[in-house]
Amino acid sequence: MSTAKQNTQPRFQAVRDFGRALLFLGKVISRMRFTRLQFGETLRQIYFAGVRSLVIIVTCGFFVGLVLTLQSYDALARFGAADATSTLLALSLFRELGPVLTAILFAGRAGTSITAEIGLMRATEQLDALDLMAIDPLERIVQPRLIAGMIAVPALVLIFNATALLGGLVYAVFLMGTDTMVFWGNIQNTVELGRDFGHGMLKSVGFGIVASWLAVYYGWTAKPTGEGVALATTQTVIATAIVVLFLDFVLSALML
Amino acid sequence: MKSSHQIELTAGIFLLLAIAALIFLAVQATDRGVVTGGSYEVTAEFSNVGTLRPRAKVNIGGVTIGTVDRIELDPVTFEARVTMRIADRYDELPDDTSASIVTAGILGDQYVSLEPGGSPDMLSDGDRILFTNSALVLEQLISRYLFNTEGGDN
Repeated sequence: MSTAKQNTQPRFQAVRDFGRALLFLGKVISRMRFTRLQFGETLRQIYFAGVRSLVIIVTCGFFVGLVLTLQSYDALARFGAADATSTLLALSLFRELGPVLTAILFAGRAGTSITAEIGLMRATEQLDALDLMAIDPLERIVQPRLIAGMIAVPALVLIFNATALLGGLVYAVFLMGTDTMVFWGNIQNTVELGRDFGHGMLKSVGFGIVASWLAVYYGWTAKPTGEGVALATTQTVIATAIVVLFLDFVLSALML
Repeated sequence: MKSSHQIELTAGIFLLLAIAALIFLAVQATDRGVVTGGSYEVTAEFSNVGTLRPRAKVNIGGVTIGTVDRIELDPVTFEARVTMRIADRYDELPDDTSASIVTAGILGDQYVSLEPGGSPDMLSDGDRILFTNSALVLEQLISRYLFNTEGGDN
């Protein structure tokens, strides 16, 4: 089915897809309504997208912090600068690793389930049923998931960063015997609230928008077949990873 | 499947957890800001600031009392004018204080080190430190040593 379509319209398919995604986002935003019901539904979606992602985020964050500290401690100790380990850890976490890894993990854990859910609703004609009942599925189904993702990603980034620092602390302090005060003191001396931490959080907000936008978009436009939903789910992960990495480069270049 | 009440509660706890992480990271893992309260500016002119940059530290005896705010070139004298922001609680610096640009270690960052003098008059906002020592530029030192000349501008 998709090949037949591509044969008839082979040109600029990627650009058209991008335009469609943008129009879709505009349509969702223009139809947004904030009611008591919406608030509860958004909170429920934060549970599904955020709380259910906690295990993978915390595990990944802890081990990223641990391994990053392990490697940088070894490398920096060769120059007699082992004390700078915590600085390196905090800077690379806040500025790059925290937002990027969280966004990609989020796409894998929560983005896919959002896409599959909306795609299956499309395939089983639940969205059409909502339409028939004069309930706007964009407002009822898409909007809470979009907003929940935009809130959950920065929250997960914060938790990721905190656990990764903890992982670094475990290695540097408990295994290598760095002084706790040296560990925190070096971070406090070099990491700036606005320039390092704040810019990283700005990035995470951008990644949150991208990750949840792509997830709902691919779910909404999924072909109403088993194969179509499977394809859409895969595309969510691939597209989010590529866009996040590209956007990361652009935002880093803008902010530095 | 949990009840919707429980789900909302868990989502609320999740957001509180994120806020706790935000406060923890913002307070524990970023600089406290040397100059948090009030501050005042003093300037000093150097013939060479080396690699001194804005936000470099200003020390007295190794204790940080402020930061370098900006570095500009005086268009008339062609000297580098370094504006420093010093915390208000160190407002009793004598006006014959001298400033030098030194390096932390061999490869470390450059910072401004102040040496208080003995004058009874104090520096106030906008004042200029008259006695300065420029940054040591390693290349100039080496060339002076190699060619045994009196070269260099300081």
